Amino acid sequence: MQTASSNRNQPRKAALDTLATAPSRALADLWDRWGDKPVYTKVRRPEVGLVMVRGRAGGGGAPFNLGEASVSRATVRIASGQVGHGYCLGRDLEKAEVIAIIDALWQREAAAVEAEIIAPLRELTRVSGLKKQAEAAATKVDFFTMVRGDN
Amino acid sequence: MDTILEGGFSSPVLNSQTAFRAVMDALANPGTVQKLIAPQPAPRRLGPELVSILLTLSDHDSPIWLDDNLRGDTAVTEFIAFHTGAPVVAEPGRAMFAFASAAAALPRLDQFNLGTQEYPDRSTTIVLAVEALTGGEQLVVSGPGIKDHDHINLVGLPEDFFAQWSANRELFPRGIDLLLVADGAVIGLPRTTRISEGH
Amino acid sequence: MYVAVKGGEAAISNAHALLADRRRGDRALPALRLDQIIEQLGLAVDRAMGEGSLYDKELAALALVQARGDLIEAIFLVRAYRTTLPRFGYSRPIDTGTMLIERRISATFKDLPGGQVLGPTFDYTHRLLDPSIVDDDVPAPVTRDAEAEPAPRVTDLLGRQGLMEPDGQTDPQREVGDLTREPLEFPLDRDLRLQALARGDEGFLLALGYSTQRGYGRTHPFVGEIRIGEVDVEFEVPELGFAVNLGRIRVTECQMVNQFKGSAKIPPQFTRGYGLVFGQAERKAMAMSLCDRALRAREFGEDIVAPAQDEEFVIAHSDNVQATGFVEHLKLPHYVDFQAELDLIRRMRAEHEGKQEAAE
Repeated sequence: MQTASSNRNQPRKAALDTLATAPSRALADLWDRWGDKPVYTKVRRPEVGLVMVRGRAGGGGAPFNLGEASVSRATVRIASGQVGHGYCLGRDLEKAEVIAIIDALWQREAAAVEAEIIAPLRELTRVSGLKKQAEAAATKVDFFTMVRGDN
Repeated sequence: MDTILEGGFSSPVLNSQTAFRAVMDALANPGTVQKLIAPQPAPRRLGPELVSILLTLSDHDSPIWLDDNLRGDTAVTEFIAFHTGAPVVAEPGRAMFAFASAAAALPRLDQFNLGTQEYPDRSTTIVLAVEALTGGEQLVVSGPGIKDHDHINLVGLPEDFFAQWSANRELFPRGIDLLLVADGAVIGLPRTTRISEGH
Repeated sequence: MYVAVKGGEAAISNAHALLADRRRGDRALPALRLDQIIEQLGLAVDRAMGEGSLYDKELAALALVQARGDLIEAIFLVRAYRTTLPRFGYSRPIDTGTMLIERRISATFKDLPGGQVLGPTFDYTHRLLDPSIVDDDVPAPVTRDAEAEPAPRVTDLLGRQGLMEPDGQTDPQREVGDLTREPLEFPLDRDLRLQALARGDEGFLLALGYSTQRGYGRTHPFVGEIRIGEVDVEFEVPELGFAVNLGRIRVTECQMVNQFKGSAKIPPQFTRGYGLVFGQAERKAMAMSLCDRALRAREFGEDIVAPAQDEEFVIAHSDNVQATGFVEHLKLPHYVDFQAELDLIRRMRAEHEGKQEAAE
């Protein structure tokens, strides 16, 4: 559902989405290479909890509760005052904390964060997605109709 | 606006265990004073004792009721949302826990969820901030958890508390349970406690 | 009546040590690693997640090792672990329509948009045990560059022609049932049934599904579509004020298409059973969809004649942790009960002998 506020938040959401779906190792490597890591305080220390995942009856009907997924989250405040939130699937407290710091930095200098962290991660996701797609595509059946001969 | 994010237990597991123990002991030994853990930075209106109990007992699954002053204060509601995720309900009858910053702001006890015959435990647990745990008019308490009888001298109970409490006892096994907080501590009055005036 | 028994502490402690020893086995052999379990026993991990009702591969893998491979014991461990974590909230419903498809087949239409994508299936293997698979020499899979073709739901294709029971209106005010929060009270609404079926025992649901095919409640099913792949999990974060993608999970979805003759109000059309499970669990999703349709008998005014249609029978017995809890509780001391039984049997035997003697 597009609302005025959701349009405004779209770039920040897109960055957070990319960070959450990134593999932990890749994110950690890119974060390692970020030069000016800020001093920060943990507003909410990283913690693990559950999110109940919902499906829809029939695929598009009334929601139902499918089962829970482990989720990590953290909230930090960097020295320049921005507050960042990190949320991701799994029990990876370090990943959630790093996402929160990057989210705070993004609010201060989005362009640099996009260029050095978000864009490379997005590319990684794109490439791995293409690979999976190509592997699945090789198993797609090419039907051809046999014409019965006269024998 | 960011200050509401600060606060919460500095050591969540240990702090909430300690606070839970205090509340449990308060209800198991009605009338005794149980110390709550050291106060946390919190929205001014809530007060450290209410915050301790709030953080310990509420979560995403526990609907809570707040008195008008608390509910109208965004610092309070945002603090609660961030630290507990507890849904805030307007009707006292739908609350699992109720938090009131003063007796004047508390509806009649029978307005809350009194539980059912099959599930009397589904009632509301009311947490009321009083002015002081000592120095007030003496009430005698007796019943389960109390050897013979004991006294409480709270300042800041609702005006017709004695009558309301008697009415609450009539409903047993239904009814509400009460936690009274002030001075960094809590006194518990489960629905089984008998109260009489005087000595 | 349960008897309080004391004195087993040393025995129990030693039993734990013995269990740990048997779990580890021959120390000369390398210990299993969790990443190996996740990669190479992925379908066991998926089942432990699905029936444990917790999507976390490392935890499921650990449970499998700790349970020495006993699936229901592993599921029990996963369920227990869930109770130690706080709930942050509910996700937005996942959209299987935008799934990154790894496998997608239909038995009702041959040439459908998006095609028949076989994926990593066992279906065409010959089921011959093959010792060579333990050789560590597996080549990379074949790839084919192709444009991602949209794969609309088969049920939507039929729906457009008015032949398919629609998904139904969703009442946004209606609270979604959650059996992890409120005890089940029969009769159930479909949302609670689907939640129970999703975490239900695969063997039990498979048998019930099979029974419907053998005539115990006829539903005449066709696989409209099965799809397996990853979907995004979106979650509204209150402190952000918008929803974020938490990451991707793999799910298996099955749309089973069944007949319905129509009623006074509804013209004849196809009706549906729905299966949705964590991970790659096709058999479970199919069984779930057969049971879902059977349990909708009431909704369609069908006579309830078969076990698979009996909601209380199916749902009350579908949870293998509950089932094993009660079955295994029989191991608890029942000494006093049994003493009473012994006395009764002895008396009955004495009476029986007395009658024999009297007859002679």
